[in-house]
Amino acid sequence: MDKVVIVMEKISAGEIKQLKGEIVIPGQLVAEGAYRAGRWVYRDGDRYYATKLGLKEIRNIKGKNTINIIPLSGKYDPKEGDLVIGIVMDLGPTTWLFDINGPNPAPLHITETPWKVDFGATGRYFKVGDVAALKILYKDDTSHVQVTMKGPGLKKLHGGVITTIAPSKIPRVIGRKGSMIAMIKSLSKCQIIVGQNGRIWISGDMEKIRAVEEVLKYIENHSHFSGLTAEVAERLGGGAADVERARETSSRR
Amino acid sequence: MGTDNQEIVLLDEKGRRLDGRLPGELRPIKIMAGVLHRADGSAYVEWGKNKVLAAVYGPREVHPRHLQNPQRAIVQCRYNMAAFSVQDRKRPGPDRRSIEISKVLSEALESVVLVERFPRTTIDVYLEVLQADAGTRCAALTAASVALADAGIPMRDLIPACAVGKVGGKVVLDLFKEEDNLGEADMPIAIIPRTGELVLLQMDGKMTPEEVKEGLKMAYDACKTIYELQKKALMEKYMVRTEELLDKETLQSAVERTEIPSEKTELLEEGAPEEAEAPEEEAPLGEEAEEVAEETAEEEVPETELLEMGEEFMEG
Repeated sequence: MDKVVIVMEKISAGEIKQLKGEIVIPGQLVAEGAYRAGRWVYRDGDRYYATKLGLKEIRNIKGKNTINIIPLSGKYDPKEGDLVIGIVMDLGPTTWLFDINGPNPAPLHITETPWKVDFGATGRYFKVGDVAALKILYKDDTSHVQVTMKGPGLKKLHGGVITTIAPSKIPRVIGRKGSMIAMIKSLSKCQIIVGQNGRIWISGDMEKIRAVEEVLKYIENHSHFSGLTAEVAERLGGGAADVERARETSSRR
Repeated sequence: MGTDNQEIVLLDEKGRRLDGRLPGELRPIKIMAGVLHRADGSAYVEWGKNKVLAAVYGPREVHPRHLQNPQRAIVQCRYNMAAFSVQDRKRPGPDRRSIEISKVLSEALESVVLVERFPRTTIDVYLEVLQADAGTRCAALTAASVALADAGIPMRDLIPACAVGKVGGKVVLDLFKEEDNLGEADMPIAIIPRTGELVLLQMDGKMTPEEVKEGLKMAYDACKTIYELQKKALMEKYMVRTEELLDKETLQSAVERTEIPSEKTELLEEGAPEEAEAPEEEAPLGEEAEEVAEETAEEEVPETELLEMGEEFMEG
């Protein structure tokens, strides 16, 4: 193990694989002085501490240095406007109860669908275990969440495979301006819907689905390193041109 | 309790204890994070002969419903000793002792977890004592806070815990089985290292106020050591991954770049050919680092949080 740690230090100092940032631990001092406390950071006087296990990131927002912690693990915390993939848990006369991988189940009301559903006829549209792409409509102070199926791209999903990865790794799967997911889609020729709740729906050729699943697992396990896009292109069997394009797009500002 | 048994000398004339430790010495401690894959977070602690496994689930829905709090999350701890954890078989299931320990540990953890973040939910912590040799509640609490951090639950700090006691008329740190049974007192404590607040303090036996003060000082110092071990365990979980990541070629070119001959020979012991060419593919990764920074920039900082946490401070 000592050997490995030595190697890592050498490498992070060099240019091969770089950690995205310093790993911090709850309660660790992340900054002192003139800063703003961002996500998962708390302040005591002019000292700033991390509240989660994650990577430290200092960014300039509107001329102010903001400290954020990018979590390395954790459950899905619903946010208004998130696209999620839900699984039906229960039916009511006017609602379906969806498991959205969050702390509490989320109801979908019949008026929040593109269909005209009669009272008590919810069973005709969704059965327990059915899957849908949904959006978080709102979340109140006591974390009651409601979802909607009205909107572009929101629909009941038929067939396909659902893979679950850590929700904290989803931004990495999507990539900057969707670069990573666009590349995975084009190389695998699969239909993919990425939910912010860590569920990813993949439909297409079974072999290709397996390959995509493997790549997603790889991203999940190596999200705290840089240089993933090119690696993923290679793993999906993209030719040299694809790999090169992945690099170019990622290096473009 | 008491020292009626005159044949056992708990502290020899040189001040050494039965197991050869000095009064202020801890037992060897090993902490590992993320040992279980089905749980949201986990940790394993070996503390002398103690072996404790911790698993964390949550935040998740509370069952039964009436326990849920609309303002905040609850932390539910379950401390359990395995039937084979002690010399004579322990009757399985919760007993008076383990119910008490579960309660005090829940309360200690609740004081560091940001419970207001997750209203109406529960954070479940399961603590299994696989082998016991006194001081299991401290080992369990140490494991629990590492497992919580591993589960990505927001906390103010980690909680290290340690026991002090009185043995053979002297204050000693981290009692083991025989000292616990035959000594005069045992006092487990847990602290928040950043502020020095006490989150757990219990005592069994008798100590003078001076001895308590001395013991607390000892335990505080020990907790700082344990805190470092907890931090190291969490860091290591993400460091080991590099091993899988680095296939041989990458490793080789990395070594070539650093150009430290001693390292080179050590890592290339299998006789891989050393080629001077620097693989082109590695070059653009430096640029990709910027992409990563951009990518994460998409995550928004909630405006309310910013306002309350330092707007005026920034202007000044």
